Amino acid sequence: MNAHEYAFVVVATIGSIAAVAVVTARNVVHAALYLVVTLAAVGITFLLLGAEFVGWVQILIYVGAIVILFLFGLMLTKAPIGRDALDYQNRAVGAVVSVVVALGLGSLILQAWPLASTPAAPSAPGGSDVLGRALFNTYVLPFEAVSFLLLAALIGAIVLARRDEGT
Amino acid sequence: MIGDSSVFDTLVGGYWIPLVMKAAAVLVVFLVVPLAVGYMEHKVLAHMQARLGPMEAGAFHGWAQLVADGVKFIQKEDVVPAAADPGVFSLAPAVVLIPYIVTLVAIPFGPRLYALDLDVGVFFVLAMSSVGVIGILMAGWASANKFSLIGALRAAAQLIAYELPLVLVAAAVVMQAGSMSLLQITEAQSHYWNILYPWQLVGFVIFMMAAVAELTRPPFDMPIADSEIIFGAYTEYTGLKFAFFLLSEYGGIVVMSAVASVLYLGGYQPLPGLSIIPGFLWMFGKIFALSFVIIWLRATFPRLREDQLQRFAWVGLTPLALALILVTSVYKVGV
Repeated sequence: MNAHEYAFVVVATIGSIAAVAVVTARNVVHAALYLVVTLAAVGITFLLLGAEFVGWVQILIYVGAIVILFLFGLMLTKAPIGRDALDYQNRAVGAVVSVVVALGLGSLILQAWPLASTPAAPSAPGGSDVLGRALFNTYVLPFEAVSFLLLAALIGAIVLARRDEGT
Repeated sequence: MIGDSSVFDTLVGGYWIPLVMKAAAVLVVFLVVPLAVGYMEHKVLAHMQARLGPMEAGAFHGWAQLVADGVKFIQKEDVVPAAADPGVFSLAPAVVLIPYIVTLVAIPFGPRLYALDLDVGVFFVLAMSSVGVIGILMAGWASANKFSLIGALRAAAQLIAYELPLVLVAAAVVMQAGSMSLLQITEAQSHYWNILYPWQLVGFVIFMMAAVAELTRPPFDMPIADSEIIFGAYTEYTGLKFAFFLLSEYGGIVVMSAVASVLYLGGYQPLPGLSIIPGFLWMFGKIFALSFVIIWLRATFPRLREDQLQRFAWVGLTPLALALILVTSVYKVGV
């Protein structure tokens, strides 16, 4: 194993432990804080793979914005953020869903990159330059479709959240 | 003009020695420059209010006042409230402080005086500076104090509102320079600093306002409004942990001033005819000049109200920043 692989093992272990802690934590705020660790570990994994831009975007968007919105929403609404321990009884449903998702994603990854194939070198160029060219040349149509979808979702959220002033 | 590598890499060979030297240099800068800015705040505020400020510690104009403060903070009792969540409570100051230290890694202080030339430097700096607010939310929640929680919520709302214009105007600079590396952005300004373009001047003003808001400095200091919510998320903190919060505030001023200098004021680029003065002195001069402006604002403006602050960001700054991107792209395509 080289230094990259050691680093990956360490980061993946920390991220996985934190991911388990997210669902086993008895406190909502603790769960959200463990989620920070998991998402940061995913970001660092991208960095280790040489995808600098994606890695930092992951940290800016997920750690810097999404989790803050989570915590913000938890603390602003009537969510139980006190010291009381919470427990959700539907463990069986959760187990089934997580196993199905893990199997689905695992088989997808195995299909895309069979075990026999050589993995890509960790230092493969993944800077903003390569990513930008791919996004705005090869994949410009899916990119625009996604942005249109997100815009529609945003407008929909605003319409739903808006109080009816006239009626 | 660009050295192909940092001065740390050419001074000595190998991998580990330059790495340790870089880490040590970043730590020294982080421990010295924010203290200097803190001392400047004491003195500048004092003189703006027709006082003298600290005069005793260290004999010469009280230069050692903050060192004495630090020693005092270390001696104080470390109180954790009985109802607090002790783990999260103790972790919060580190979560606020460390991102600012890490940010310094990417900032070029001279043509070859930098720790790391990241391909996505601007993004890295903005991503790191937005992580600290998680620490403020942790501090506010773990304190088990409603004033702390209100302060933390205000800080989070403020960060979400002002992160958007900050990233958008930085994107305009990136478009103009054609690179996200802070070193390349500085080099692109070797003839004209970005601030000389009228639309980037607007961008500079937006950037500074959003930066002051992210740092929760006056006039955007609702999260620690002392007359309303005591001291916000920091209310329950004492001793060294409180000192960490103070240090991260001054560290934040230094980091934001440094980023603004690189994006708009040419970083280490000298004024024409004055290139005899070395680049790192220009960079530090610009950092201190912008820090002075941030301190000056505190002495000048009253605190905004919470709803005024949110309206200002969403209705004022964000659309303006979007228009700025439009103008920059027209310039970039047309010229």
